[in-house]
Amino acid sequence: MEILNQIDTKDFLKKYVLADKSPTQTQSSVNAELSRIRRDDVVKPVIYIGAGTCGLGAGADKTLQETMSYIDKNKLDVEVIKVGCIGLCAAEPLLDIQLPGKNRVSFQNVTSKKVDEILQGVFGQEVKSELILGQFRNENLEAWENTPFIDEHPFFAPQQRIVLKNCGVVNPIDIEEYIARGGYKSFLNTIKDFTSAEVCDKVEKSGLRGRGGGGFPTGKKWKFAHSQEADQRYLICNADEGDPGAFMDRAVIEGDPHRLIEGMAISAYGIGATKGYIYIRAEYPLAIERLKIALDQAREYGLLGKNIFGSSVDFDLIIKMGAGAFVCGEETALIHSIEGKRGMPRPRPPFPAISGLFGKPTIINNVETFSNVPEILEKGEDWYASIGTATSKGTKVFALSGKISLTGLVEIPMGTTIRDIIFDIAGGIPDNKKFKSVQIGGPSGGCITEENLDIQIDYESLIKVGAMMGSGGLVVMDEDTCMVDVAKFFMDFIQRESCGKCIPCREGTRRMLEILESITHKPNGSSEKEALERFKGIIQLEKLGKVIRETSLCGLGQTAPNPVLSTIKWFRDEYEAHIYERKCPSGVCTELRTFKIDVEKCTGCTICAHKCPTNAIIGTRKAPHFIIEDKCIGCGNCEEVCKFDAVDIVA
Amino acid sequence: MEQATVEIQEVKKTPGRDSLIPILQEIQEREGFLSERSVAEVGTRLNIPTSKIYGVATFYNQFRFEPKGKYHIQVCRGTACHVLGSTTVLAQLEKALKAKAGQTTRDGKFSIEVVACIGACGLAPVICINGEFHAKVTEQSMIEIIENYKNTEA
Repeated sequence: MEILNQIDTKDFLKKYVLADKSPTQTQSSVNAELSRIRRDDVVKPVIYIGAGTCGLGAGADKTLQETMSYIDKNKLDVEVIKVGCIGLCAAEPLLDIQLPGKNRVSFQNVTSKKVDEILQGVFGQEVKSELILGQFRNENLEAWENTPFIDEHPFFAPQQRIVLKNCGVVNPIDIEEYIARGGYKSFLNTIKDFTSAEVCDKVEKSGLRGRGGGGFPTGKKWKFAHSQEADQRYLICNADEGDPGAFMDRAVIEGDPHRLIEGMAISAYGIGATKGYIYIRAEYPLAIERLKIALDQAREYGLLGKNIFGSSVDFDLIIKMGAGAFVCGEETALIHSIEGKRGMPRPRPPFPAISGLFGKPTIINNVETFSNVPEILEKGEDWYASIGTATSKGTKVFALSGKISLTGLVEIPMGTTIRDIIFDIAGGIPDNKKFKSVQIGGPSGGCITEENLDIQIDYESLIKVGAMMGSGGLVVMDEDTCMVDVAKFFMDFIQRESCGKCIPCREGTRRMLEILESITHKPNGSSEKEALERFKGIIQLEKLGKVIRETSLCGLGQTAPNPVLSTIKWFRDEYEAHIYERKCPSGVCTELRTFKIDVEKCTGCTICAHKCPTNAIIGTRKAPHFIIEDKCIGCGNCEEVCKFDAVDIVA
Repeated sequence: MEQATVEIQEVKKTPGRDSLIPILQEIQEREGFLSERSVAEVGTRLNIPTSKIYGVATFYNQFRFEPKGKYHIQVCRGTACHVLGSTTVLAQLEKALKAKAGQTTRDGKFSIEVVACIGACGLAPVICINGEFHAKVTEQSMIEIIENYKNTEA
């Protein structure tokens, strides 16, 4: 009989875990080996550093360097592992330490300066409490005293993690660890136990719906492709996460790429595709790098390629880098882009499931959708369908950003209220500011205001209040955010990203932006025509928006007016203040600001006059200065440079 | 230009329209931008008219037709960055470098690019210089960052 811890890990996993169990080994010895690979307990200390894009942005690189030099200096025998993002961006960089026999403990905001102090503390068996995020729970290990558990942290406690389960916990580019945690077993069992029709059926019954925005039932879509006669079918993963404010797909690929690959492999089997593409943004270099490594590992293990584990199932994946076009999130545009053409949508039908890439049946789902699939097949469709609301099953990952205390990723069951997410999980608005609204769904979505905070999140309820799920980016705005400015921001984005194929979207979005610009422009010296445009603005915006929505070719155009229509609906008073009073209540639209110099405080130092870009400030040295309102562009330079607090915004 | 030839030869096993974008990406990765000569070369090799290639290349934001600076600065203009003040950060940067978004400074050291979203919204506003991320940038820290790069140059 083989001694398990003496054989190669790859051979062990292939022989005893992925393939059918060999009778020569007892289950307990296999489990012991798996536990070693999972690092349930360790023989030497392990340090984990959160090195996703956000971690690196917060300085994880320097933390890593500092950690290495500490280890060298003290000649320690320590393993250092780079992990993905656990989802709490606000606490980055994160550093976890696991000592033999003890729970893994996580520290937050570990900038390079704090490394020495923390490591000294931990290796002296004493932890500095103020930097602790929490410890992981493991009944078999000794817990740290007076240290909270991570699963009791208000940010993590209400979450139910399916897609993000391994993110920030495991080494993302180590297939051994993924397999030891039960990975790829679901895929291999599926191709052994179920027919492809059964797979589509199970996914349909689970109630899984597209997580990229549309919310179309996934299993139903697969059935279209499955029932189509064809010599070749394609599977595409849409990882072109262009929606500004959403970053869950990036985090999943950086933190747990094998989950996506497994999900895609199952889906490919379901629809009968032998070739798949992952269409990923070029702006995500780290995700691409990790995905490439993960794909190579899966091929090495025989989990991708020809005749997978003797099942006569073939499947392989190709990475296609997107080239920066938001419209390529639309199915048919994405297909054109893979084919090497301009990424412009075409009218549907025929739907891609009937005739897609190179004219063959093609299924496109996004990263989060695929990442749900392995668990559905493993735990059953009934289990999945038991989570969530009547029409929307399972969990959804939301990306929290903007004016909020704890930014990051949360995965919660459908049906949680937005209030719970913002105030309980993410700790509300910082600096005692007042909540104004939360923008959901990016450029296709809308705003949710105070009065709708208690709706339970699902696809239908969000549409009812004029928003949409989108890919799940939640950008929180406080009283200092100007909603007209936000609408203008989205319109500017959309009109730049409009592919130009259909007129309503190409021309309409441009006109909407022009109206919004005239509303926020400086009032002085504008022509009568401009004044008229402004007044017409609010009436025309709504009308124009409706036409664009009803007549555009693709989803981008049809949803393009949403940010404007939604802000007009909820914040009409702000629009009116901009149009009629020519004031920006939040003080964001700089051109609408007016400044005044307090003659009592002004000493005539002339510094403001020197810094004024338009020479709008006059006055003689040592005498109070004045602002010529007609010349002022509201830049605020004078207020910034004044040492005597003499310049104020006129309320 | 020779590199373009090498790149095409690499994928020659499976030539076709669908390899156009990866080839252009590879050329840009190596040369920093798409020169007229390399575009023409790709056209000859793939048997696609140059106009069609420009049609594709100009459609996507990623492709540049002018060399980029030694330090390429990407300023994120995502929603979260916008709400937290990326407009002023960008304006400050343009002022400090005396170059607009999409341009390269006269000495060729810096180029500015505006990108839709880098995906680090939790750390907004974000800028990325030659692949290195800088989080929670303010007008002040922006100046410091730029000065740092200028000084390493000297």
